[in-house]
Amino acid sequence: MKTEAIQLLLHERFGAAVGPVESARLSESVEVDASAVAEIALFLRDDPDLAFDCLSNLSGTDRPARGKIQITYELFSYVHRRAFILKVDARRDRPEVATVENVWPAANWLEREVYDLLGVVFVDHSDLRRLLLPDDWVGYPLRKDYVEAPEYHGISTVRPSALKLPEPK
Amino acid sequence: MSLELEFDDGREVFATEEMTLNMGPQHPSTHGVLRFIIRADGEVMRSAKADVGYLHRSIEKIAEKVGWRGFMPYTDRVDYVAAMTTNQAWAMAAEVLGGVTVPRRGEYCRVIAAELGRICSHLLAAGAMGMDIGAITPFTHAVRERELINDLLEELCGARLTFNYMRVGGVAWDLPPGFGAKVLRFLDHFEPYVDELDDLLSNNKIYIERLAGVAVVTRERAIAYNLVGPNLRASGVKYDIRKHLPYSVYPEFEFDVPIGMGLHGSVGDCWDRYIVRLHEMRQSARILRQALEGLPEGPVIAKVPRNYKPAAGEIHVHVETPRGDQSWYVVADGTEYPYRVHIRTGSFAAMSIIEELSRGLMVADLVALIASFDIVAPEVDR
Amino acid sequence: MSLLNTVPEMVLTTKVDQLLNWTRKSSLWYMLFGLACCAIEMMQTGGPRADLDRFGMAPRATPRVSDLMIVAGTLTLKMALRTKVLYEQMPDPKYVLSMGSCSNCGGLFQLAYSVCDGVDKIIPVDVYVPGCPPRPEALTDGLMLLQKKMMQERWLVREPRSRAEAARV
Repeated sequence: MKTEAIQLLLHERFGAAVGPVESARLSESVEVDASAVAEIALFLRDDPDLAFDCLSNLSGTDRPARGKIQITYELFSYVHRRAFILKVDARRDRPEVATVENVWPAANWLEREVYDLLGVVFVDHSDLRRLLLPDDWVGYPLRKDYVEAPEYHGISTVRPSALKLPEPK
Repeated sequence: MSLELEFDDGREVFATEEMTLNMGPQHPSTHGVLRFIIRADGEVMRSAKADVGYLHRSIEKIAEKVGWRGFMPYTDRVDYVAAMTTNQAWAMAAEVLGGVTVPRRGEYCRVIAAELGRICSHLLAAGAMGMDIGAITPFTHAVRERELINDLLEELCGARLTFNYMRVGGVAWDLPPGFGAKVLRFLDHFEPYVDELDDLLSNNKIYIERLAGVAVVTRERAIAYNLVGPNLRASGVKYDIRKHLPYSVYPEFEFDVPIGMGLHGSVGDCWDRYIVRLHEMRQSARILRQALEGLPEGPVIAKVPRNYKPAAGEIHVHVETPRGDQSWYVVADGTEYPYRVHIRTGSFAAMSIIEELSRGLMVADLVALIASFDIVAPEVDR
Repeated sequence: MSLLNTVPEMVLTTKVDQLLNWTRKSSLWYMLFGLACCAIEMMQTGGPRADLDRFGMAPRATPRVSDLMIVAGTLTLKMALRTKVLYEQMPDPKYVLSMGSCSNCGGLFQLAYSVCDGVDKIIPVDVYVPGCPPRPEALTDGLMLLQKKMMQERWLVREPRSRAEAARV
């Protein structure tokens, strides 16, 4: 089933929450509302023509130029052997997205990782806490405006080096 | 929480309490720094919560600082047990975004390197699994065989573990003269060794008692938790990126995709996950023989500008590593530095399913379970 | 130095210090503190080809019974706090060998926000083995250097001194 057909099915059922097909140079995706993503995910999994039973990847990208943090869901259907990319934009100053953990249990840790590194709050997540960084870490490192702290628990994060390291971007 | 047991006539026998045990982050296992907080009632666990991040080395953020070509050594460290396939994933992502075509000989070199790396990784997985169960000898055998592959790869690219062999556009160096003959000689020695390992471990009564029927993952749970690679195939799903979403020159090779059949116990138990890896080693040997036979002539790397700047765009790249399907989400913005790199690895999902599977297992089974998933800490933490 | 077979009648003449040091260096039990890639090379060094057992070095799982801590791999800030605890759990006299660039100085992860640049920010190090990862021959060389260092320690003095002072003589 082509991306256009999936988008039509979704638009029929969820109306304004579903955006048009965005055809980029190398991939196609559909953008949906941050608050509606849980119901749309349930439909994508349970509808027999779509049957996206696997959440293959969930990534967060900080886009300060647009004032958004973009979440990209890569879905896969083992029944139809087909992939589909769903996108959600969250406001950068208060990023909140509905959780899809009840649809695909794989989302539990993937969403925790996005929360940990980018600060996106997944509403109704059962266990939203840091995954990779220590619990008392301050800040969200994958954001473009993140500044490293000079020390952590008394351990300084700077080491004088004779090498010329590239300037932090 | 305490449990009180009584005789039928109401006399109390004893009261038990739950223990909270801490396993890790330093523990005698090859899987790296992982930590589990186990709530156990005697030997039986109520739950095993994973605490990860002890090897979080901010590899994804570093990509944004070092550029397209400079990121290659970091990909080795994402999965150091089988570094060739992660090299290949990054090279493929950069090439697709930049529209670079790898010459055929370069692709063949990549496949040869990747399959040798796959055998290396599965040897360590099988050996380490034996060691975690308590059989130390298979581990030393596996390490001995691994040394032979390390020698071959050292001749190829100079390094034993973190290769940095592939480049954007191909591979760094051509196969040295006589390499093909050496690999064939190694395969002649290795294929009987897989049979020996099979004899030693697979039908061993203790091994079967420890692994068969332990921590069964059904097909539906495996897909819902996004298990990939041998973990998924052991649960009965026949899906291998090399066959079903092919990349590089894999369509030119003939090989089978082994899946779990539940020979001892049920489909999707720890024994199935082990035997799938054993069979995959044989298939890798098959691919290697075909690749060496059909090796074309020509250059091994395409001409890529020194200041590599792929046009803006984003891509999802899938590569079959020994731990499963690695999904790389790479965003380019037209500069020499990637805008965002996200790696979703096979071990990440495997770690997340352990909490659900651990309820009702014994503490010793947890070790067998982690070993059967073939988890390496840097893949989970990056 | 060889103490045995110097005199055919098996009479040994040596200093007590050297005898003590010889027994200690020939049975150095190291704690398995493999953190990352260097851990695999440490395992291969303990493997059949570059055998560590011939030096009397056996891997131990717990710090309570080990003499040597081979810090093999990258030390993250989250792990650094635990490393200090493990070091303090080792009984005296204890040694630390920093294996690989990451534990020497942070290695190629100096650009990272979550990595402790070098294990010597947390605990004192006796021998640094460079490499990424060091070959088994390099690690063996580092261990032999540690053995040479151990042979120079002095123990029999009137007032009790710390190991650091004993080594400085």
